[in-house]
Amino acid sequence: MRDVVIIGIGQTPVGEHWDKSLRHLGHDAVMAAMADAGIETAGALYVGNMLSGQLTGQEHLGALIADFVGLRGIEALKIEAACGSGAAALRVGVMAVASGMHDVVLACGVEKMTDTIGGVTTAALATAADQEYEVSQGISFAGLNALLMRRYMHEFGMKHEAFAGFTVNAHRNGAHNPYAMFQSPVSEAAYLKAGMIADPINLLDSSPVCDGAACVVLAPADRFRDRARARVLASAVATDCLAMHDRRDPLALDAVALSSQRAYAQARVTPADIHLFEVHDAFSIMSALSLEAAGFAPRGAGVRLAMDGEIAIGGRIPISTMGGLKARGHPVGATGVYQVVELVQQLTGQAGANQVGGAALGMAQNIGGSGATVITHILSAI
Amino acid sequence: MSIPRNWRTRQQRYSLKAEVCNTCGNTIFPPRDVCPHCAEQKQSWTNLSGRGEVYSYTTMYNAPSGFEEYTPYTMALVKLSEGPMLTAQLTDVDGNGVAIGMPVEMVTRKLTQDGDEGQILYGYKFRPLLRQAV
Repeated sequence: MRDVVIIGIGQTPVGEHWDKSLRHLGHDAVMAAMADAGIETAGALYVGNMLSGQLTGQEHLGALIADFVGLRGIEALKIEAACGSGAAALRVGVMAVASGMHDVVLACGVEKMTDTIGGVTTAALATAADQEYEVSQGISFAGLNALLMRRYMHEFGMKHEAFAGFTVNAHRNGAHNPYAMFQSPVSEAAYLKAGMIADPINLLDSSPVCDGAACVVLAPADRFRDRARARVLASAVATDCLAMHDRRDPLALDAVALSSQRAYAQARVTPADIHLFEVHDAFSIMSALSLEAAGFAPRGAGVRLAMDGEIAIGGRIPISTMGGLKARGHPVGATGVYQVVELVQQLTGQAGANQVGGAALGMAQNIGGSGATVITHILSAI
Repeated sequence: MSIPRNWRTRQQRYSLKAEVCNTCGNTIFPPRDVCPHCAEQKQSWTNLSGRGEVYSYTTMYNAPSGFEEYTPYTMALVKLSEGPMLTAQLTDVDGNGVAIGMPVEMVTRKLTQDGDEGQILYGYKFRPLLRQAV
């Protein structure tokens, strides 16, 4: 197995891109990453995407985007793992380079969610859950997370306002990220007043529907030492059952624990060594449960990290340092790649006002569904 | 949901038909060929009581397509007395009357409908357990 490095990154602003199609968004991110890496071709392109078939009526994105960026003929595949599709594409790219199958590989995530109206998008997102035994009953993704949040509040005696810190932190960081969908801070008072989506989850507990694309260029460390921007120390996937009601313990996120432990073992680190954590904060409750299952807080204490300011830049474990899914935005199949692009920004000292001091080791975790696919990457500075 | 897909799951939707694992004895709902508890493959059919309690719940204000007309409605994770948990709507009660731990029982109700002319999908919902008449 060869060591893998990232030699280039690219991203589009996250938002409502009325003027750009799926293929144009993918193009913009791939071209930016290739220019950043100083390359003109690649051995393979892996495109992470969840919803193109449902919301754009377009599948077959590997060939589509390869052609659109002038790489007609190369190996190109779409990779799907619900909201974890971006990191899944990256994972496939890492395997391709580590194995020696390819030298230069593009891992791109792209999602176009704003060409359809609300209920259709909500229903499409719910295909990540069990269609026959969850979705057919009338539950949405926000609803599933609300079931978790209510149970968490009940078991650990928390009020809804205890979660405010996750939203305030994400928006404070998003305010300094020019690629973020939301670039203004949100107060705790605004959080408490936000409209309900699925009680107790309100609008400011939830990540937004949006468009975006991001891309990284992967290459073997031994041949690209001079261009390396960050080293991929770990790439790990774990799975759990699709339906939340089938889990051993719905609040435990077993696949987060497994995926994190596999990543720590590969990188030979412990949670205490990690300088920043790009967490899958699709909903506030997922931040709390992820921090717990990944080993940053004991069970029931993930929310305390937010209450005590430990998740802020300068805190014990900064999360969502460029806004996270909450403020940067969550173009679902692109999110996992955005997270890793942001890690590279942090590890190369290019995170601007959001720079985590001395950042040398960062972790990104992308989750498909309510916790059925969990993909963890750990990167180190060169 | 397509007609054949609905038909295939009718015994589960209408009567909570479940399985008991012949090896580890756990109750399995919905049925599957490999036991999720012990990975063995031999199961027998069983009927569930339809009784359980609310493990968690949420009132939905923003519904997926097909359910918009019912908002707000209450969804729950119901822990069945035989062990399995399932996701279902609560009925005959509004969100304010629900609490974690509340005893509930299964009833058959309309879930949704495929457009104006499509099939009506029936299935299980759960209501607060009725007290027995004296």
